[in-house]
Order: sequence, then structure tokens, then C-alpha cells
Amino acid sequence: MELILGDVPWIVVLIILPLTGGMACFLFPAISKSLGLLTSLAVVACVWGLGWQLEEEGAQRYAIGGWGAPLGIDLYADGLSLLMLVVAALVGLGISVYSCGYFSPDKANHFWPLWLFLCGALNALFLSSDIFNLYVTLELLGLTAVALVALADGAEALTSAMRYLLISLLGSLFYLLGVAFLYHSFGSLDIAILAQRAEPSPAVWAAVGLISTGLLLKTALFPMHFWLPAAHACAPTPVSALLSALVVKASFYILLRMWLEIFPMVGTSFAQLLGLLGAAAVLWGGIQALRQTRLKLLIAYSTVSQLGYLFLAFPLGTSLAWKGALYMLLSHAMAKAAMFMAAGNILVLGGHDRIAELSSITQRLPLTLTAFTLAGISIMGLPPSGGFIAKWLLLQASIESGQWWWGIILILGGLLAAAYVFKVIGHVFTQDEPTRQAGTLPTTMEWSALVLALVAVLLGLFTSWPLAIMEIGSPFGTGHSG
Amino acid sequence: MSYVYLYALLGVSLFVLGLNALIVHAHLLRKILAVNVMSTGVFLVLVALSSRNEEVLPDPVPHAMVITGIVVSVSATALALILMLKVNRATGKNELPDRGRD
Repeated sequence: MELILGDVPWIVVLIILPLTGGMACFLFPAISKSLGLLTSLAVVACVWGLGWQLEEEGAQRYAIGGWGAPLGIDLYADGLSLLMLVVAALVGLGISVYSCGYFSPDKANHFWPLWLFLCGALNALFLSSDIFNLYVTLELLGLTAVALVALADGAEALTSAMRYLLISLLGSLFYLLGVAFLYHSFGSLDIAILAQRAEPSPAVWAAVGLISTGLLLKTALFPMHFWLPAAHACAPTPVSALLSALVVKASFYILLRMWLEIFPMVGTSFAQLLGLLGAAAVLWGGIQALRQTRLKLLIAYSTVSQLGYLFLAFPLGTSLAWKGALYMLLSHAMAKAAMFMAAGNILVLGGHDRIAELSSITQRLPLTLTAFTLAGISIMGLPPSGGFIAKWLLLQASIESGQWWWGIILILGGLLAAAYVFKVIGHVFTQDEPTRQAGTLPTTMEWSALVLALVAVLLGLFTSWPLAIMEIGSPFGTGHSG
Repeated sequence: MSYVYLYALLGVSLFVLGLNALIVHAHLLRKILAVNVMSTGVFLVLVALSSRNEEVLPDPVPHAMVITGIVVSVSATALALILMLKVNRATGKNELPDRGRD
């Protein structure tokens, strides 16, 4: 058993499997649902296999086709990649189960291949150690995500998909220009080699600026968040969950990787700028979420706000702060996917998501309501939930490094989150005549939301396991401390 | 300054021109073309910087990157054009509506 598990190149399987699954779904639309579910399950199993391998042997490097790094393209997996893969696999499985009941057969034929391609792009992105390969995966991710948003018919969805596509291409081009400068300066595309050779020069400063701008645009950090709420709110529900939980995190992951490996010489002023933008995102996103009258838009603005927390770790720069940000990423992915699914259930059954008129619908959806509330606990950061642990780690890091003012942002953000979550829950519990129209939801749609929300809360109780994953290969060992 | 940097600077100016057009013009086809001009600029930078000076043969890796980039850019343009047609069919216009709120 050990021999077999240890010998399989899980890194490669994780990329090929979803791509093959996507092709198969495209060729055999009649069984695409079962193929898609099977692939999602298999991806979870492969991530488990890779995790086992990493735990036994430490960080893994795989040279595709046997060509080593300077000429060929390497794949690399350490604790940071593994954590992202685990998030993507678990949320992906939840989304696959949810989508079984959500799409009409006609739409499902388009959804499954695209979703599996997106899953493959995500896995490839988390495993690449080549900055040009990262560009290709970013584009694959962007194109499939845009196509998925456009699955929802209607003028609003199409225009937001179009805007999303233009923004996504713009971000990628900024990134690619930065890659060109980096390659010209150091003659390599491999992150590990770049890390050894990198030294400050005007070309590198330009590259840092361009790459960061491109990635921040894709991560929708304030004030470049303007495209996110419309695109995330108009998409079909499983796609909204995918975009908010996983796709925006992918570009954050690249930024984090570059920051830890190649950009340690950038210095503190840029880190402070990122922290400030993050703080502005937390407050602005929270205030905008409070002002929304439609549930899905409220959740989308909440994503803008929660993404801001991730950037608070940059000015702190300690290993503890990175862990806090990653914990935030992990619990937000689970909670936000659950929230979008709950909103989707309400939308399917009630036909609208106006917050003021929710009570008549939600009285018939106790499971969905529970899922929404549990996810809300994690979003607000109340104990015992993943969101609480994340904020606790960040708070501790901010006090330890003497920059307590970031802690105030954490608390203010939590209060705003509490305000907008309770705004929804308050409307839900008002007494209202239940609507007459009958209708039921597939149980999978309610349960997948509930299970993801439960995971988000349980992350607050079982902290040792995710924290141990982050340690593999010590990805934060070389991080700058500012 | 060798001619290499001249081409690289030309690439950067194409990038900036494209960025300007992307922001200024409202018509979607112009925006899509602007993105294409921008990517051409990036490709020019990549190819130009691949030869460090006149004596040494150019580095082939950036050429491989440009070929990959062209493939990506073609597929992105195809998707953008299809979306533009669908937007036109749904709204009757070739422009994105102004954002009402935010």
C-alpha cells in the first residue's frame, strides 16, 4: 500500500484527471453529471494521496518529461500548495453535489466540462513553480470562469461576464509584462531559481509593480473590486460560490508565493500600502454590504470585505500572520460557498432574493437557514469558528509586531460583518404569511450548503490539522519580517 | 542604447496605447481590439528582450512564450467576440452600461 501510494506522481494526476474528466463530460453529455461527481471525488482522493506523500517525504518537485528546471517546467508542491488544493477539492466536491440538483439538463451539458476545466486550471495553478506556466493557468482559469458566469442568461449576467473578461485579460497582460521583465533580468522562469538570483534593480521594481497590479486587479482588492459584485451576484449559484470561494483566491495565492519567494527585497512601504488597501477593503466592503437590498449582492460585497483581511498579513509579514491569512482564506472559502448556496436555494424556491421579503420563503427552508446562520458565524468571526481562529492569529501577530492598529480594523470589520449578517437574519425571523406556492428543493442542495457551513465552524475546533499542513516544506521560512 | 531596447520601448508604448484605448472607448469591439494591441505590445517586449546584444544568438525561450501567448490571446479574443454578440443580442447595444451604483 505504502509503496503504491508513494510511487504515484500525484502532482501530475491532479492536473490530468480533471482535464480528462472535462473532456469526457464534453464528449458524453448524457452521463456528464455522474462523470463530474466521480471526478470531484477522485480529485479529493488524489489530494489525500499527495498530502500523504508530502507528510512522508516533505515538499515535492516534479520535472515534467524529465527536463529539469532551467529548460523544462517544474511542478512543485509544499504545505502552501497542499492547503490550497485541499480547499479547492473540498469546496469543489460541495459545489459538484450542489450542482447535481441545480442545473437543467440543457445547462448542465455546458456546466460540467467548464467546471472540470476550471478545477484542472486551479490545481495546475497551485502546483506550478514556473511563472510563465502560472500565466497560462491564470488565463485558463479566467476564460472558464467567464464562460461559467455567462451560463446565466439575461442581459445583466452577460454584461457582467463581458466586463469580467476584459478585467481578467487586462490583469493577465500586466502580469505577463512583469514576467517579461523578470525573465530579462534573471534569465529564468522557475520560482526557486529566481529566488536565488533576485536582487533589486529598476527592471525588477517595474516587474513587481506590474505583477502586483495585475494580480490585485484579479483578486479584486479595493479599489479594484468594482467588477466583482456584479459578476459574482449575476452568475448561477454554484458558479457564484466557485468564484467567491476559489477563483479570487488563486491570484492571491500567486501574489503570496511571489512575495514569499521572489520579492523579499521589496521593503516595507509597499507592504504597508497593501495593508492599507486591505483595511479600506474591509471597511468599504462591509459598509456596501450593509447597504444592499438583494441577498446575493450583499454576499458578494461581503467577499470584497473578507478579501481585505488577507492583505492585512503583508505589513505584519510574520509566519503567524501568514498563517492567520491562510486560515481566513480556508474558512472564508467554506463559509462563503455555503452562504451563496443558501442564497441560491432561496432564489430557486422563492424566485427573488430581496432581503426585506425573505421571511415568507425561508420558513420553508430550515436547513438552508441553519447553513446561512452557521456560515454567518464564521464570517463574523465568532468563536468557535474558522473565522475566529483566523482573526485571533492575525490579532496576535499584529500585537506581537507592535502594529496594533491593524487589530482595530479586524474588530471593526467583525462588527460590520455582524451588522450585515444580522440584517438578513433579522428579516428572516419576522412573522409573515408563508407563501402559498408549492415547490421543493432536492435535498442535496440543502445538505451541501449545510455541510460546508459546518466545516467552516468546525475549523474553529480542529485547528491543529490545517496548521500542520501549512508547515510542510516551511513555505514561510524565507518570508521577510517587516 | 542598442536597437533591442528601441523595440522593447516600442512594445511598452503599444501596451500603454492599448490600455488608453481600453479605458477611453466604449464600443466593445474597440475594447477587444485594444486588448489585442496590448498583448501584441507584450509579445514585442518579450521577443525584443530575447536578444541581449547583437553578437549573441537570441534566446529561444521567449519565442516559445510568445507562441503560447498568441494561442491564449486567440482563444480569449474568440470568447470575447462571442460574448459581444450575445450582449448585443440581449441589450441591443455594443456597449457596457454605466455602473449604476458602487
